[in-house]
Amino acid sequence: MTPEDMDLLAALGRARAGLAVDVDKTYVVESRLAPLARREGFDSIEALIAALRAKREERLIWAVVEALTFNETSFFRDREVFTHLRDTVLPTLSKARRDQPIRIWSAACSTGQEVYSLAMAAGESREVEPGAKFEFFGSDLSERCLEKAQSGLYTQFEIQRGLPITQLVKHFANQDDTWEISPRIRQSVRWKRINLLSDLSSLGRFDVILLRHVLAGIDASLHGRLIESLAARLADDGVLVLSPDDLLTGAAATLFEASDQAGVFARRPADQAEAAA
Amino acid sequence: MKTCLVVDDSRVIRKVARRVLEDIGFEIAEAADGMEALAWCRAAMPDAVLLDWNMPVMNGIEFLRQLRNEPGGDTPTVVFCTVENDVDHIRAALEAGANEYIMKPFDGEIIAAKFAEAGLL
Repeated sequence: MTPEDMDLLAALGRARAGLAVDVDKTYVVESRLAPLARREGFDSIEALIAALRAKREERLIWAVVEALTFNETSFFRDREVFTHLRDTVLPTLSKARRDQPIRIWSAACSTGQEVYSLAMAAGESREVEPGAKFEFFGSDLSERCLEKAQSGLYTQFEIQRGLPITQLVKHFANQDDTWEISPRIRQSVRWKRINLLSDLSSLGRFDVILLRHVLAGIDASLHGRLIESLAARLADDGVLVLSPDDLLTGAAATLFEASDQAGVFARRPADQAEAAA
Repeated sequence: MKTCLVVDDSRVIRKVARRVLEDIGFEIAEAADGMEALAWCRAAMPDAVLLDWNMPVMNGIEFLRQLRNEPGGDTPTVVFCTVENDVDHIRAALEAGANEYIMKPFDGEIIAAKFAEAGLL
């Protein structure tokens, strides 16, 4: 690929999905586009990019943008966050909601491990009120990731990253090297393709929103707007969960660190938000 | 330094596992079957055991059952590492007292993740 190709891809990723594509990391981009080029029937990445330039076809543009997203994930990634949600956040919410469902949204769910981990953890919490109801939502920009997430099928390698063996035997069944999550867990999650840069106001409110290991791949100038947009989807006593090292760029007036657990933020009451702004 | 006994009848697997485990800070002892492993444990109980299932003389599950009946045999954290990858084998291992379970083929990342899972790191 030429530097001009990289510039084109970076510009597309930035414009369509706010992606921060490092134009110096040609090998990273090539490794992501090669499978797409093959699937689309092109002889090479160069042929794919030529078609992209020539046709400007929306479907192909989105396929390329989706391929540029970073999908790395694993079960119970950063385990302490799940422990904190299970033992502190969800019990508090279950007392406040009583018979209303607790709505949990994995906002860039990739292949589903995050939201499934939380569904498993919620079912095991000893502190959650008996009878508490949960609704889980997983969204991602990538259709391919969502398809995999929805299938609930994982490789032997994937189920050995982060998933304790006791959870594996409890919630999964295998067919040779393929492991399938139980229908009960799988059917507790609803899936939707969502571009987080789009208008999210029709989505309703959530009690827990997870946006972990995402901001690092998003153009920094968009972080404030994105966090504000998600904060607006939070219930008054809901929490937004970022990665431990993410910063609240530009959204500190709306949110504050809710606990000792790094990355867990709550909404400021409206009067405080005005004072802080 | 924590000690880990690597029990596998394949010298190649023992060598690979040794390298990975030494990298994450373990001192390694090796045994080629369950009987040898039991002798090691009777002499000096390790902190961890990485345990193959199918071996001559005494297999992994038989070793584990005997180990858990030895004086002090409940202390080592036992991580199976085997090609047996179905739920029935995993359940049997957990019932016999295994703490974690790795399905071959494994790599360094899986071993490190599973040892962390089992509270060894």
